[in-house]
Amino acid sequence: MKKIYPNAAAALDGLLHDGMFIAAGGFGLCGIPELLLDAIKDAGTKDLTFASNNAGVDDFGIGILLQTRQVKRMISSYVGENAEFMRQYLSGELELEFNPQGTLAERMRAGGCGIPGFYTKTGVGTVIADGKEHKDFNGETYIMEEGIFADLSIVKAWKADETGNLIFRKTARNFNPPAAMCGKTCVVEVEEIVPTGSLDPDKIHLPGIYVHRIIQGTHEKRIEQRTTRKREDA
Amino acid sequence: MPWDRNQMAARAAQELDDGMYVNLGIGIPTLVANYVGDKDITLQSENGMLGMGPFPFEGEEDPDLINAGKQTITELNRTAYFDSATSFGMIRGGKIAAAILGAMEVAENGDLANWMIPGKLVKGMGGAMDLVAGVGRVIVVMDHTNKHGDSKLLKECTLPLTGKGVVDRIITNLGVLDVVAGGLRIVETAEGVTEDDLRAATDATLV
Repeated sequence: MKKIYPNAAAALDGLLHDGMFIAAGGFGLCGIPELLLDAIKDAGTKDLTFASNNAGVDDFGIGILLQTRQVKRMISSYVGENAEFMRQYLSGELELEFNPQGTLAERMRAGGCGIPGFYTKTGVGTVIADGKEHKDFNGETYIMEEGIFADLSIVKAWKADETGNLIFRKTARNFNPPAAMCGKTCVVEVEEIVPTGSLDPDKIHLPGIYVHRIIQGTHEKRIEQRTTRKREDA
Repeated sequence: MPWDRNQMAARAAQELDDGMYVNLGIGIPTLVANYVGDKDITLQSENGMLGMGPFPFEGEEDPDLINAGKQTITELNRTAYFDSATSFGMIRGGKIAAAILGAMEVAENGDLANWMIPGKLVKGMGGAMDLVAGVGRVIVVMDHTNKHGDSKLLKECTLPLTGKGVVDRIITNLGVLDVVAGGLRIVETAEGVTEDDLRAATDATLV
Protein backbone atom coordinates (compact mmCIF):
# COMPACT_ATOMS: atom_id res chain seq x y z
CA MET A 1 0.00 0.00 0.00
CA LYS A 2 2.18 2.78 -1.29
CA LYS A 3 0.09 5.98 -1.42
CA ILE A 4 2.76 8.66 -1.36
CA TYR A 5 3.81 10.23 -4.68
CA PRO A 6 6.66 12.69 -5.29
CA ASN A 7 4.57 15.44 -6.89
CA ALA A 8 1.16 16.34 -8.32
CA ALA A 9 1.96 15.24 -11.90
CA ALA A 10 3.13 11.82 -10.69
CA ALA A 11 0.07 11.44 -8.46
CA LEU A 12 -2.28 12.14 -11.39
CA ASP A 13 -0.40 9.91 -13.86
CA GLY A 14 -2.78 7.46 -15.52
CA LEU A 15 -5.88 9.00 -13.92
CA LEU A 16 -6.68 11.80 -16.39
CA HIS A 17 -8.67 11.55 -19.61
CA ASP A 18 -10.59 14.02 -21.75
CA GLY A 19 -14.28 14.36 -20.84
CA MET A 20 -13.84 13.09 -17.29
CA PHE A 21 -15.82 14.10 -14.20
CA ILE A 22 -13.82 15.55 -11.29
CA ALA A 23 -15.08 16.44 -7.80
CA ALA A 24 -12.96 19.14 -6.17
CA GLY A 25 -12.87 20.29 -2.54
CA GLY A 26 -12.63 23.88 -1.33
CA PHE A 27 -14.83 26.85 -0.54
CA GLY A 28 -13.92 30.04 -2.37
CA LEU A 29 -10.12 29.92 -2.40
CA CYS A 30 -10.00 28.26 1.04
CA GLY A 31 -8.82 24.65 1.14
CA ILE A 32 -8.63 24.22 -2.64
CA PRO A 33 -6.35 21.58 -4.20
CA GLU A 34 -4.18 24.21 -5.86
CA LEU A 35 -1.22 21.93 -6.71
CA LEU A 36 -3.41 19.30 -8.37
CA LEU A 37 -5.28 21.95 -10.36
CA ASP A 38 -1.93 23.28 -11.60
CA ALA A 39 -0.94 19.75 -12.65
CA ILE A 40 -4.23 19.23 -14.52
CA LYS A 41 -3.56 22.50 -16.35
CA ASP A 42 -0.09 21.25 -17.31
CA ALA A 43 -1.50 17.87 -18.42
CA GLY A 44 -3.90 19.69 -20.78
CA THR A 45 -6.83 17.35 -20.12
CA LYS A 46 -9.91 18.76 -21.89
CA ASP A 47 -13.73 18.78 -21.74
CA LEU A 48 -13.72 18.42 -17.98
CA THR A 49 -16.82 18.45 -15.81
CA PHE A 50 -16.19 19.79 -12.31
CA ALA A 51 -18.39 19.41 -9.26
CA SER A 52 -17.02 22.22 -7.09
CA ASN A 53 -18.80 24.75 -4.90
CA ASN A 54 -17.02 27.65 -6.62
CA ALA A 55 -14.97 28.23 -9.75
CA GLY A 56 -12.02 30.08 -8.24
CA VAL A 57 -10.95 33.51 -9.45
CA ASP A 58 -9.48 34.35 -12.86
CA ASP A 59 -5.90 33.33 -12.03
CA PHE A 60 -6.30 30.91 -9.10
CA GLY A 61 -8.21 27.74 -8.41
CA ILE A 62 -10.39 26.29 -11.16
CA GLY A 63 -10.08 29.69 -12.86
CA ILE A 64 -6.71 28.66 -14.30
CA LEU A 65 -8.41 25.78 -16.17
CA LEU A 66 -11.04 28.15 -17.53
CA GLN A 67 -8.32 30.35 -19.01
CA THR A 68 -6.99 27.34 -20.91
CA ARG A 69 -10.54 26.27 -21.97
CA GLN A 70 -10.17 22.85 -20.31
CA VAL A 71 -13.56 22.96 -18.56
CA LYS A 72 -16.77 22.03 -20.36
CA ARG A 73 -19.22 21.98 -17.49
CA MET A 74 -19.43 23.19 -13.89
CA ILE A 75 -21.74 21.98 -11.10
CA SER A 76 -21.53 24.76 -8.50
CA SER A 77 -23.54 26.83 -6.04
CA TYR A 78 -21.80 30.19 -6.45
CA VAL A 79 -19.51 31.44 -9.22
CA GLY A 80 -19.66 35.20 -8.69
CA GLU A 81 -15.95 35.89 -8.23
CA ASN A 82 -14.76 34.86 -11.68
CA ALA A 83 -15.06 37.22 -14.66
CA GLU A 84 -13.67 34.74 -17.21
CA PHE A 85 -16.22 32.17 -16.01
CA MET A 86 -19.04 34.64 -16.67
CA ARG A 87 -17.68 35.51 -20.10
CA GLN A 88 -17.50 31.86 -21.17
CA TYR A 89 -20.90 31.06 -19.65
CA LEU A 90 -22.69 33.99 -21.29
CA SER A 91 -21.10 33.17 -24.68
CA GLY A 92 -22.26 29.56 -24.41
CA GLU A 93 -18.75 28.05 -24.26
CA LEU A 94 -19.28 26.72 -20.74
CA GLU A 95 -22.20 24.73 -19.32
CA LEU A 96 -23.32 25.51 -15.80
CA GLU A 97 -25.56 23.57 -13.43
CA PHE A 98 -26.42 25.49 -10.27
CA ASN A 99 -26.94 23.35 -7.19
CA PRO A 100 -27.94 24.75 -3.81
CA GLN A 101 -24.81 24.52 -1.67
CA GLY A 102 -26.19 21.98 0.79
CA THR A 103 -27.63 19.90 -2.01
CA LEU A 104 -24.22 19.83 -3.72
CA ALA A 105 -22.48 18.78 -0.50
CA GLU A 106 -25.05 16.06 0.16
CA ARG A 107 -24.92 14.85 -3.45
CA MET A 108 -21.17 14.29 -2.97
CA ARG A 109 -21.58 12.67 0.45
CA ALA A 110 -24.41 10.45 -0.84
CA GLY A 111 -22.39 9.33 -3.87
CA GLY A 112 -19.53 8.39 -1.59
CA CYS A 113 -21.92 6.40 0.59
CA GLY A 114 -23.45 4.45 -2.31
CA ILE A 115 -26.72 6.39 -2.20
CA PRO A 116 -27.90 7.19 -5.77
CA GLY A 117 -30.65 9.60 -4.72
CA PHE A 118 -32.20 11.36 -1.74
CA TYR A 119 -35.12 13.67 -1.00
CA THR A 120 -34.74 17.25 0.22
CA LYS A 121 -36.99 20.26 0.83
CA THR A 122 -34.30 22.58 -0.52
CA GLY A 123 -35.43 24.17 -3.77
CA VAL A 124 -39.06 23.03 -3.69
CA GLY A 125 -41.13 25.61 -5.60
CA THR A 126 -38.07 27.08 -7.33
CA VAL A 127 -36.42 26.53 -10.72
CA ILE A 128 -34.16 23.97 -9.03
CA ALA A 129 -37.17 21.64 -8.69
CA ASP A 130 -38.06 21.77 -12.42
CA GLY A 131 -38.11 18.29 -13.93
CA LYS A 132 -37.27 16.56 -10.64
CA GLU A 133 -39.35 13.90 -8.91
CA HIS A 134 -41.58 15.34 -6.16
CA LYS A 135 -42.71 13.20 -3.24
CA ASP A 136 -44.67 13.97 -0.08
CA PHE A 137 -43.54 12.75 3.33
CA ASN A 138 -45.67 13.54 6.41
CA GLY A 139 -47.57 16.23 4.49
CA GLU A 140 -44.48 18.05 3.20
CA THR A 141 -43.18 18.07 -0.35
CA TYR A 142 -39.61 17.07 -1.16
CA ILE A 143 -37.64 16.75 -4.41
CA MET A 144 -35.25 13.99 -5.35
CA GLU A 145 -31.60 14.84 -5.90
CA GLU A 146 -29.02 12.40 -7.22
CA GLY A 147 -25.76 11.30 -5.64
CA ILE A 148 -22.57 12.37 -7.42
CA PHE A 149 -20.24 9.61 -8.61
CA ALA A 150 -17.09 11.23 -9.97
CA ASP A 151 -14.19 9.65 -11.88
CA LEU A 152 -11.67 11.49 -9.72
CA SER A 153 -11.62 13.44 -6.46
CA ILE A 154 -8.99 16.13 -5.88
CA VAL A 155 -8.83 17.54 -2.36
CA LYS A 156 -6.61 19.49 0.02
CA ALA A 157 -6.00 18.51 3.64
CA TRP A 158 -3.66 19.80 6.33
CA LYS A 159 -1.95 16.56 7.37
CA ALA A 160 -1.95 12.98 6.21
CA ASP A 161 -0.24 9.94 7.62
CA GLU A 162 1.35 7.45 5.22
CA THR A 163 -1.88 5.40 5.07
CA GLY A 164 -3.93 8.44 3.99
CA ASN A 165 -5.71 9.24 7.25
CA LEU A 166 -6.48 12.95 6.98
CA ILE A 167 -6.78 15.95 9.26
CA PHE A 168 -8.11 19.24 7.97
CA ARG A 169 -7.55 22.67 9.46
CA LYS A 170 -10.33 25.10 10.52
CA THR A 171 -12.75 26.10 7.75
CA ALA A 172 -10.42 24.68 5.08
CA ARG A 173 -12.23 21.36 5.68
CA ASN A 174 -15.45 22.56 3.92
CA PHE A 175 -16.20 20.46 0.78
CA ASN A 176 -13.02 18.39 1.00
CA PRO A 177 -14.37 15.32 2.87
CA PRO A 178 -17.54 14.91 0.78
CA ALA A 179 -15.59 15.58 -2.44
CA ALA A 180 -12.98 13.00 -1.40
CA MET A 181 -15.67 10.39 -0.78
CA CYS A 182 -17.51 10.59 -4.12
CA GLY A 183 -14.69 9.80 -6.58
CA LYS A 184 -13.56 6.41 -7.89
CA THR A 185 -10.02 7.54 -7.13
CA CYS A 186 -9.08 10.24 -4.66
CA VAL A 187 -5.84 12.23 -4.81
CA VAL A 188 -5.00 14.43 -1.83
CA GLU A 189 -2.49 17.23 -1.44
CA VAL A 190 -1.37 18.08 2.09
CA GLU A 191 0.95 20.49 3.83
CA GLU A 192 2.61 17.71 5.78
CA ILE A 193 2.85 13.93 5.59
CA VAL A 194 3.53 12.55 9.06
CA PRO A 195 4.66 9.03 10.02
CA THR A 196 1.92 6.45 10.45
CA GLY A 197 1.11 6.21 14.14
CA SER A 198 1.74 9.86 14.93
CA LEU A 199 -1.87 11.04 14.46
CA ASP A 200 -4.36 10.46 17.29
CA PRO A 201 -6.81 7.86 15.88
CA ASP A 202 -9.66 9.66 17.67
CA LYS A 203 -8.89 12.89 15.78
CA ILE A 204 -8.87 11.61 12.18
CA HIS A 205 -11.37 13.65 10.11
CA LEU A 206 -11.37 11.36 7.06
CA PRO A 207 -10.10 7.77 7.24
CA GLY A 208 -7.49 6.68 4.71
CA ILE A 209 -9.88 4.21 3.05
CA TYR A 210 -11.09 7.15 0.93
CA VAL A 211 -7.58 8.24 -0.04
CA HIS A 212 -5.58 6.58 -2.83
CA ARG A 213 -2.71 8.93 -3.59
CA ILE A 214 -1.03 11.63 -1.48
CA ILE A 215 1.39 14.42 -2.23
CA GLN A 216 3.02 16.94 0.07
CA GLY A 217 3.67 20.45 -1.16
CA THR A 218 3.85 24.16 -0.49
CA HIS A 219 0.58 26.05 -0.80
CA GLU A 220 0.01 29.68 -1.69
CA LYS A 221 -3.30 29.72 0.27
CA ARG A 222 -4.50 33.00 -1.21
CA ILE A 223 -6.98 35.10 0.82
CA GLU A 224 -10.02 36.24 -1.16
CA GLN A 225 -11.34 38.95 1.21
CA ARG A 226 -8.90 40.20 3.81
CA THR A 227 -11.03 41.70 6.59
CA THR A 228 -9.52 42.92 9.86
CA ARG A 229 -10.27 45.06 12.88
CA LYS A 230 -7.97 47.67 14.37
CA ARG A 231 -6.32 46.91 17.71
CA GLU A 232 -7.81 50.06 19.28
CA ASP A 233 -11.31 48.69 18.52
CA ALA A 234 -10.74 45.88 21.03
CA MET B 1 -37.45 58.84 10.34
CA PRO B 2 -36.96 55.44 8.71
CA TRP B 3 -34.38 53.19 10.36
CA ASP B 4 -30.85 53.21 8.96
CA ARG B 5 -28.82 50.03 8.38
CA ASN B 6 -27.57 49.87 11.95
CA GLN B 7 -31.01 50.50 13.44
CA MET B 8 -32.46 47.72 11.25
CA ALA B 9 -29.70 45.40 12.44
CA ALA B 10 -30.35 46.38 16.07
CA ARG B 11 -34.05 45.67 15.63
CA ALA B 12 -33.26 42.29 14.05
CA ALA B 13 -31.03 41.44 17.01
CA GLN B 14 -34.12 41.68 19.24
CA GLU B 15 -35.44 38.60 17.42
CA LEU B 16 -32.68 36.47 18.90
CA ASP B 17 -33.00 34.71 22.25
CA ASP B 18 -30.40 33.40 24.63
CA GLY B 19 -29.00 30.04 23.56
CA MET B 20 -29.92 30.30 19.88
CA TYR B 21 -27.81 28.96 17.02
CA VAL B 22 -28.18 31.48 14.19
CA ASN B 23 -27.01 31.99 10.61
CA LEU B 24 -26.50 35.57 9.42
CA GLY B 25 -26.46 36.46 5.73
CA ILE B 26 -24.23 38.95 3.94
CA GLY B 27 -24.85 42.74 4.20
CA ILE B 28 -27.06 44.26 6.91
CA PRO B 29 -27.63 40.81 8.54
CA THR B 30 -23.89 40.64 9.29
CA LEU B 31 -24.26 43.82 11.40
CA VAL B 32 -26.79 42.04 13.65
CA ALA B 33 -23.86 40.42 15.49
CA ASN B 34 -22.90 43.89 16.80
CA TYR B 35 -26.21 44.23 18.65
CA VAL B 36 -26.80 40.92 20.45
CA GLY B 37 -25.46 42.40 23.73
CA ASP B 38 -25.25 39.92 26.59
CA LYS B 39 -27.32 37.25 24.86
CA ASP B 40 -25.55 33.94 24.40
CA ILE B 41 -25.83 33.52 20.62
CA THR B 42 -23.79 31.04 18.58
CA LEU B 43 -23.27 32.08 14.96
CA GLN B 44 -23.07 29.43 12.28
CA SER B 45 -21.07 29.95 9.11
CA GLU B 46 -22.32 27.48 6.53
CA ASN B 47 -18.85 26.75 5.14
CA GLY B 48 -18.32 24.67 8.27
CA MET B 49 -18.18 26.47 11.60
CA LEU B 50 -20.22 27.08 14.74
CA GLY B 51 -19.04 29.84 17.06
CA MET B 52 -17.87 32.47 14.58
CA GLY B 53 -15.75 35.23 16.11
CA PRO B 54 -15.02 38.81 14.94
CA PHE B 55 -12.59 39.87 12.20
CA PRO B 56 -8.94 39.21 13.11
CA PHE B 57 -6.50 41.92 14.11
CA GLU B 58 -4.31 43.13 11.26
CA GLY B 59 -1.51 40.66 10.66
CA GLU B 60 -3.41 37.76 12.24
CA GLU B 61 -5.50 36.78 9.21
CA ASP B 62 -5.57 33.03 8.60
CA PRO B 63 -6.34 31.83 5.04
CA ASP B 64 -7.79 28.64 6.55
CA LEU B 65 -10.34 30.58 8.59
CA ILE B 66 -13.02 32.40 6.61
CA ASN B 67 -16.79 32.91 6.79
CA ALA B 68 -19.35 32.14 4.10
CA GLY B 69 -18.71 35.58 2.59
CA LYS B 70 -15.05 34.52 2.19
CA GLN B 71 -13.94 37.14 4.74
CA THR B 72 -11.18 36.35 7.22
CA ILE B 73 -12.60 35.80 10.72
CA THR B 74 -11.54 34.35 14.08
CA GLU B 75 -12.60 31.47 16.29
CA LEU B 76 -13.96 31.52 19.86
CA ASN B 77 -13.40 29.13 22.73
CA ARG B 78 -16.66 27.38 21.84
CA THR B 79 -15.90 27.01 18.11
CA ALA B 80 -16.47 23.73 16.31
CA TYR B 81 -15.46 22.99 12.71
CA PHE B 82 -17.07 20.44 10.38
CA ASP B 83 -17.43 19.69 6.68
CA SER B 84 -20.00 21.19 4.29
CA ALA B 85 -22.23 18.09 4.27
CA THR B 86 -22.44 18.14 8.07
CA SER B 87 -23.00 21.90 8.00
CA PHE B 88 -25.99 21.66 5.71
CA GLY B 89 -27.16 18.59 7.60
CA MET B 90 -27.72 20.79 10.64
CA ILE B 91 -29.35 23.46 8.46
CA ARG B 92 -31.61 21.06 6.57
CA GLY B 93 -32.30 19.15 9.77
CA GLY B 94 -33.81 22.19 11.46
CA LYS B 95 -31.14 22.52 14.14
CA ILE B 96 -30.42 26.20 13.34
CA ALA B 97 -33.02 28.30 15.16
CA ALA B 98 -33.05 31.24 12.76
CA ALA B 99 -31.56 32.74 9.64
CA ILE B 100 -31.45 36.49 9.09
CA LEU B 101 -30.93 37.38 5.46
CA GLY B 102 -31.42 40.05 2.85
CA ALA B 103 -33.92 39.92 -0.02
CA MET B 104 -34.80 41.48 -3.35
CA GLU B 105 -38.53 40.67 -3.01
CA VAL B 106 -40.86 39.09 -0.44
CA ALA B 107 -44.45 38.12 -1.28
CA GLU B 108 -47.42 38.24 1.08
CA ASN B 109 -47.47 34.40 1.22
CA GLY B 110 -43.85 34.30 2.44
CA ASP B 111 -42.25 33.58 -0.94
CA LEU B 112 -38.69 34.89 -1.05
CA ALA B 113 -36.58 36.00 -4.03
CA ASN B 114 -32.96 36.94 -3.36
CA TRP B 115 -30.68 35.05 -5.72
CA MET B 116 -31.13 36.03 -9.35
CA ILE B 117 -32.36 38.70 -11.73
CA PRO B 118 -33.05 37.23 -15.19
CA GLY B 119 -30.92 38.85 -17.87
CA LYS B 120 -28.41 40.08 -15.31
CA LEU B 121 -25.26 38.43 -14.06
CA VAL B 122 -26.22 35.24 -12.22
CA LYS B 123 -23.78 34.37 -9.46
CA GLY B 124 -25.63 31.49 -7.87
CA MET B 125 -27.76 30.80 -4.83
CA GLY B 126 -24.95 29.58 -2.58
CA GLY B 127 -26.54 28.24 0.60
CA ALA B 128 -29.62 30.50 0.59
CA MET B 129 -32.10 27.90 -0.70
CA ASP B 130 -30.94 25.35 1.88
CA LEU B 131 -31.13 27.89 4.71
CA VAL B 132 -34.65 29.12 3.99
CA ALA B 133 -35.94 25.57 3.52
CA GLY B 134 -34.32 24.24 6.67
CA VAL B 135 -33.94 26.69 9.56
CA GLY B 136 -36.59 27.24 12.24
CA ARG B 137 -37.36 30.87 11.50
CA VAL B 138 -36.53 33.01 8.47
CA ILE B 139 -36.20 36.75 9.15
CA VAL B 140 -35.66 39.07 6.20
CA VAL B 141 -33.92 42.41 6.68
CA MET B 142 -34.15 44.74 3.68
CA ASP B 143 -35.15 48.21 2.52
CA HIS B 144 -38.91 48.55 2.12
CA THR B 145 -38.60 49.85 -1.44
CA ASN B 146 -36.05 49.49 -4.23
CA LYS B 147 -33.97 52.31 -5.68
CA HIS B 148 -36.85 53.28 -8.00
CA GLY B 149 -39.16 53.64 -5.00
CA ASP B 150 -41.17 50.48 -5.80
CA SER B 151 -42.29 48.22 -2.96
CA LYS B 152 -40.21 45.09 -2.34
CA LEU B 153 -43.15 43.60 -0.39
CA LEU B 154 -45.37 42.26 -3.15
CA LYS B 155 -48.55 40.31 -3.75
CA GLU B 156 -46.42 37.87 -5.78
CA CYS B 157 -42.70 37.78 -6.42
CA THR B 158 -41.67 38.67 -9.97
CA LEU B 159 -38.13 37.26 -9.66
CA PRO B 160 -37.17 33.55 -9.53
CA LEU B 161 -37.79 32.22 -6.02
CA THR B 162 -35.26 31.20 -3.42
CA GLY B 163 -37.97 29.51 -1.39
CA LYS B 164 -41.75 29.18 -1.41
CA GLY B 165 -43.70 30.30 1.68
CA VAL B 166 -40.55 30.41 3.80
CA VAL B 167 -40.42 33.93 5.32
CA ASP B 168 -41.71 34.45 8.88
CA ARG B 169 -40.87 38.09 9.63
CA ILE B 170 -39.67 41.09 7.61
CA ILE B 171 -37.73 43.98 9.11
CA THR B 172 -37.47 46.99 6.79
CA ASN B 173 -36.37 50.57 7.20
CA LEU B 174 -40.04 51.45 7.81
CA GLY B 175 -41.02 48.78 10.32
CA VAL B 176 -41.64 45.14 11.12
CA LEU B 177 -44.17 42.86 9.43
CA ASP B 178 -45.17 39.23 9.90
CA VAL B 179 -46.32 36.81 7.23
CA VAL B 180 -49.77 35.61 8.38
CA ALA B 181 -52.79 33.97 6.77
CA GLY B 182 -54.08 36.27 4.04
CA GLY B 183 -51.11 38.63 3.85
CA LEU B 184 -48.71 40.68 5.93
CA ARG B 185 -49.49 42.06 9.39
CA ILE B 186 -47.80 45.21 10.69
CA VAL B 187 -46.04 44.45 13.97
CA GLU B 188 -44.52 47.89 14.53
CA THR B 189 -43.32 50.93 12.65
CA ALA B 190 -40.02 52.75 12.90
CA GLU B 191 -40.09 55.82 15.14
CA GLY B 192 -41.70 58.67 13.24
CA VAL B 193 -43.10 56.38 10.54
CA THR B 194 -46.90 56.02 10.59
CA GLU B 195 -48.88 52.95 9.61
CA ASP B 196 -50.21 55.04 6.71
CA ASP B 197 -46.65 55.72 5.53
CA LEU B 198 -45.91 52.01 5.66
CA ARG B 199 -49.15 51.08 3.88
CA ALA B 200 -48.43 53.61 1.12
CA ALA B 201 -45.03 51.98 0.51
CA THR B 202 -46.39 48.42 0.49
CA ASP B 203 -47.81 46.59 -2.51
CA ALA B 204 -48.57 43.38 -0.57
CA THR B 205 -51.96 42.85 1.10
CA LEU B 206 -51.88 44.10 4.70
CA VAL B 207 -54.24 42.36 7.11
